[in-house]
Amino acid sequence: MDAFDLDAAWRLHPQVSVRPERFGALLYHFGTRRLSFLKSPALLSVITVLDSEPTARAACTRAGIDAAEFPAYARALATLAASQMICARTAA
Amino acid sequence: MPDSATDLLERSAEAAADTAAAAPAPAGAAAEDVIAADLLVEEISIDGMCGVY
Amino acid sequence: MTATLIEEFRYGLAAPICLTWELTYACNLSCVHCLSSSGRRDPRELSTAECRRVIDELERMQVFYVNVGGGEPTVRPDFWDLVDYATAHHVGVKFSTNGARITAEVATRLAASDYVDVQVSLDGATAGVNDAIRGAGSFELALRAMRHLARAGFAGFKISVVMTRQNVGQLDAFQSLADSLGAQLRITRLRPSGRGADVWDELHLTAGQQRQLYDWLVAHGENVLTGDSFFHLAGYGQPLPGLNMCGAGRVVCLIDPVGDVYACPFAIHDAFLAGNVRSPGGFAAVWRDSELFARLRGPQSGGVCASCSAYDACQGGCMAAKFFTGLPLDGPDPECVRGLGQRALALVDAAAPRPAGDHSHRTSVTRATGPVPVSIGPRPADVVATTASSPARRGVPARACGQDPLAGFALPAR
Repeated sequence: MDAFDLDAAWRLHPQVSVRPERFGALLYHFGTRRLSFLKSPALLSVITVLDSEPTARAACTRAGIDAAEFPAYARALATLAASQMICARTAA
Repeated sequence: MPDSATDLLERSAEAAADTAAAAPAPAGAAAEDVIAADLLVEEISIDGMCGVY
Repeated sequence: MTATLIEEFRYGLAAPICLTWELTYACNLSCVHCLSSSGRRDPRELSTAECRRVIDELERMQVFYVNVGGGEPTVRPDFWDLVDYATAHHVGVKFSTNGARITAEVATRLAASDYVDVQVSLDGATAGVNDAIRGAGSFELALRAMRHLARAGFAGFKISVVMTRQNVGQLDAFQSLADSLGAQLRITRLRPSGRGADVWDELHLTAGQQRQLYDWLVAHGENVLTGDSFFHLAGYGQPLPGLNMCGAGRVVCLIDPVGDVYACPFAIHDAFLAGNVRSPGGFAAVWRDSELFARLRGPQSGGVCASCSAYDACQGGCMAAKFFTGLPLDGPDPECVRGLGQRALALVDAAAPRPAGDHSHRTSVTRATGPVPVSIGPRPADVVATTASSPARRGVPARACGQDPLAGFALPAR
């Protein structure tokens, strides 16, 4: 899996439904019919603010994630990108 | 009932050991993937839930 | 799959991830193993308006996807309207069909829709094996529908097979059939549910066949769906893909044609009835507050299975399989891979529980050997007419009240 670019702009795929849960969230992609299980409420916060922050790094900061944990969150975001749950945001 | 269940379990232990030995083990590469796998995100198939026909 | 995932799901979710919705008990066939004992329409079926309200609830709860079945769901006159309504309201639909209404035209429309998936039921790779279970002509009916779907460019529709003693030797043939049609093979476990209870002894897999099936899935099952229905085989060693747990009342449930909510479509019995969508609070209240679901979502002890080394993998197997074979729920599955269920069955001295209702056709059936003689076509005119005698039901079309399961049904033109 390619290293995730935390300094790029990302957004939730428009065909993805996000359902908050006690443990984090469930994400379902209506196009690919894939289901992802987010095991962290903080990760849900990142996903929620992804669209409105200039970079994924900024989204993590805004979600209150400690810099030491960025690598773990980058791996999580990479997994979501690989399954098309999130996609690169082209310049507006 | 508990006694007979214990007997059954003891008698089955040998058979179970044979069965377990015969079951395919995950390949080395797959095992590493599991260890390195993301702890925050897991993927499940939408068909991976029992109770849906 | 970590223990954490199962732990989280085991204690329940805000809404089901997907659920089975049986739209009608009416069916043009009489499959011998039917889990819902379908055949005749129930006059108390949810109306079109009531169905739309359920869909509205599912949308609010963000249920991602419903598996619509029956009976044969396409015989409901409002079926296509409801499918469109669901997809327009952000609820994905997969429907299970015996092929009854899948004409070339219908197939073309379906192929153009992104949010509707189709699952065609088939229980034999040859007419001989299939029709012995599903009735004379049912193989051709299914094949015709599948060819229409393939020609219409519907890639990846599902062919769903219930594994039986008679068809387990046809696994490779099923895979070839699916490949030739651009379809995806799905195989599921036979449970002793509905009419399945009557044929369980003769149709469920032998221990040897069960092992054969497991080995085949491990070797060839990469692209084969199973609906996680073989989690009881995890006792053999490597678990198969899926959550590997009973989803009843935790991640899935059933809404039946009269609005009853059961923990699972294989458990249509009062013991697993959680409530009804017609009561105040609707489906959401049942999912959230039902006492049955709260119990299912609490810690499960495992009973006598808890001390078995396979328990972590198989978790005691399928609740419905145990219930309808008369086994205690806190003991082994009747098909426990260590043979413990088989031995427990020998100790069962009372009659097993019977399913909640029986909507089977009243045609008498001879079942010695060979195909089941079932006519597929309009019923004779001796069908009870309920519309004249039933109390008026405001807003319910007269045809929906009729018990004739084939009201409005016509065989697709060849």
